[in-house]
Amino acid sequence: MTTETASRPQAAEGPSATALLTVKNLSVRFPTRTKGFFAKPAGYVSAVDHVSFEIARGETLGLVGESGSGKTTLGLAVLRGVEPTAGTVELAAGGGTLAVTSLDKQALRRSRHHMQMIFQDPYASLNPRMTVRDIVSEPLIAGAGDWGRLSRRQIDDRVLDIAVKCGLSKDQLKRFPHAFSGGQRQRIAIARALVLNPALVVCDEPISSLDVSIQAQILNLLADLQESLGLTYLFIAHDLAAVAYVCNRVAVMYLGKIVEVGTTRQVYYKPKHPYTEALMSAVPEPDPDAPRRPILLTGERPDPANPPSGCRFRTRCIYATALCAERVPPLRDLADGHMVACHHADQLKLRGALDFAGSERQEATDDRF
Amino acid sequence: MMIAPIDTPVLSVRGLSIALDTRDGHAVPITQDVSFDIARGEVLALVGESGSGKSVTALALMQLLGANLKVARGEIALHTQDGFRADVAKLGARGKGIEAIRGARMGMIFQEPMSSFSPIHTIGQQIAEVVTVHEDVGRKAARARAAELLGKVGIPDPVGALDRYPSEFSGGMRQRAMIARALICGPSLLIADEPTTALDVTIQGQILELLRSLQRDLGMAILFITHDLGIVAQMADRVAVMYSGRIIESAPVRDIFRRPAHPYTRALLDAVPRLGDIDRGRRIRPIAGSVPNIFDVPPGCRFHPRCPVAVLPRCAELQPPRYASGRHEVECVHGEKVLA
Repeated sequence: MTTETASRPQAAEGPSATALLTVKNLSVRFPTRTKGFFAKPAGYVSAVDHVSFEIARGETLGLVGESGSGKTTLGLAVLRGVEPTAGTVELAAGGGTLAVTSLDKQALRRSRHHMQMIFQDPYASLNPRMTVRDIVSEPLIAGAGDWGRLSRRQIDDRVLDIAVKCGLSKDQLKRFPHAFSGGQRQRIAIARALVLNPALVVCDEPISSLDVSIQAQILNLLADLQESLGLTYLFIAHDLAAVAYVCNRVAVMYLGKIVEVGTTRQVYYKPKHPYTEALMSAVPEPDPDAPRRPILLTGERPDPANPPSGCRFRTRCIYATALCAERVPPLRDLADGHMVACHHADQLKLRGALDFAGSERQEATDDRF
Repeated sequence: MMIAPIDTPVLSVRGLSIALDTRDGHAVPITQDVSFDIARGEVLALVGESGSGKSVTALALMQLLGANLKVARGEIALHTQDGFRADVAKLGARGKGIEAIRGARMGMIFQEPMSSFSPIHTIGQQIAEVVTVHEDVGRKAARARAAELLGKVGIPDPVGALDRYPSEFSGGMRQRAMIARALICGPSLLIADEPTTALDVTIQGQILELLRSLQRDLGMAILFITHDLGIVAQMADRVAVMYSGRIIESAPVRDIFRRPAHPYTRALLDAVPRLGDIDRGRRIRPIAGSVPNIFDVPPGCRFHPRCPVAVLPRCAELQPPRYASGRHEVECVHGEKVLA
């Protein structure tokens, strides 16, 4: 590996020195059922609705919410995997600020190496006809940024380097994906995402299709790689316990909107949004002596094509008042960057993860063996 | 290994081995020597990772194994409250014998509520059908029973729901409808195979609560198959842990979580991230390696290549012995010492 090309270009101090990713008012709308081929769409689903957030360099922001909350769409829109309908995405990479949302197709392609993605299902995301070496080297050959000018030898060196960092061996590079288990496949997918030395990696449910014993391997690998390579993650997941383990900050989404965002400790220990409280209460604690939790969330998610007026969560919220049906609660800063979109956040006394957790986990001791 | 229970268990599985017939005529064992009891009104959780053999065991209990899977050995003794007795392993997949059991005395719910319903028949038809097949009941009465059950599982407007199609239901509602269908004949045993895995966590909570209350009210036994230790802790009275086709540990739920005896069980508990772990500043400990391929199982103890306390070469050569202390049983060379 040639160090010049492999080391990440030092980003100049941008307008916001700490934020690597700045997302402002991002919206994604999908047309619903059209009648006839040329007919106009009958309506729109706002999968992501005016979402704003920042991720600092080297930080992991968790994005949690139920299925249909728009978290995957948001992750894709940040990379322009789906085209945003409105809003801006800026990435402080490549020695300046990259206005991701205003790049034309060619410029976007040239900037791809700054931002990569890891998908949920490693059985679907790897081409079965390509060897591991081909899969991992493909981004290098596609050639974004400086990576397009590598010799074959340099490519091999680079692939081996990143593969080893991801826990794969040299021999395994010659094999095809079917020879690997789910956890190993996810390692291949991670190596492919990291081979271009991206600044931002969007991880979309990277562990949810893996077995429990393997999930921990991948979580630890992602944490190690972040530390050694200085990566910034947008970590999309529905497993709140895993998110607590890897994320510095957490954003909670409901029906296309961020309803709460703050440090993991703020959001988990002192949640300010009733939906966050309900999510925490619903996680089954692996402890038979943990107190049974109240069911705080009744009913089901409303149709996103026809969201409730005012606060979108009000139809399932046990604290909702008349005000909630009338006005959309803005996302506001309560204290120390802990943002919440709830009219009653100041008055509510909500319970957090520790109020629902069981007794302290007993450290298993090895002396019995 | 088993201690005779005071009461005859609803289900008593002994030495169940399931084999896969491969194209070249070999029989590859999928599960080996699986034995467990479920008492009346008890919830037994069968825990394991993918490929451990837990789902295939459940399918065998209902004679629902696919064409190239078969019960090679073992006994599946069902003994229900109405005095009915049968060895399911001796019944075929079709015919009167199994029909008296499947859907009537034993109900089953699956992970995927969408693929478990026919898309072209109404919910009402599909639930009422179960009653008309098993009982001498007219159509009208069956429909009324279906509506009653839909109400019991918390579906709003149950009479209106009868005429709707599965596609009109959300995932959570479909799962409720499937529970209604499984329970309509009042089974003594419900087999629930990952019933909440496809659902969101808030809906999962609702379904688990529903199953708990139904289990209490109806006094039925549940075989709960899951990989989620959180759900095990909340639902189970007793736990059996499967690894690579064998039950390697079984115990009352508190013993599994407080005094796990098998190195795999302990490793599994250590590998689970928990909500309150933010401040504890510790790494979760993964289990090295991966679950063995069923076509290439390690000799001796199947966990030995991943085991931190394996005694070599013994664990790599000999099937570990079973030890029991009360209702806590383990298959491990260290078992005697650990259970003492």
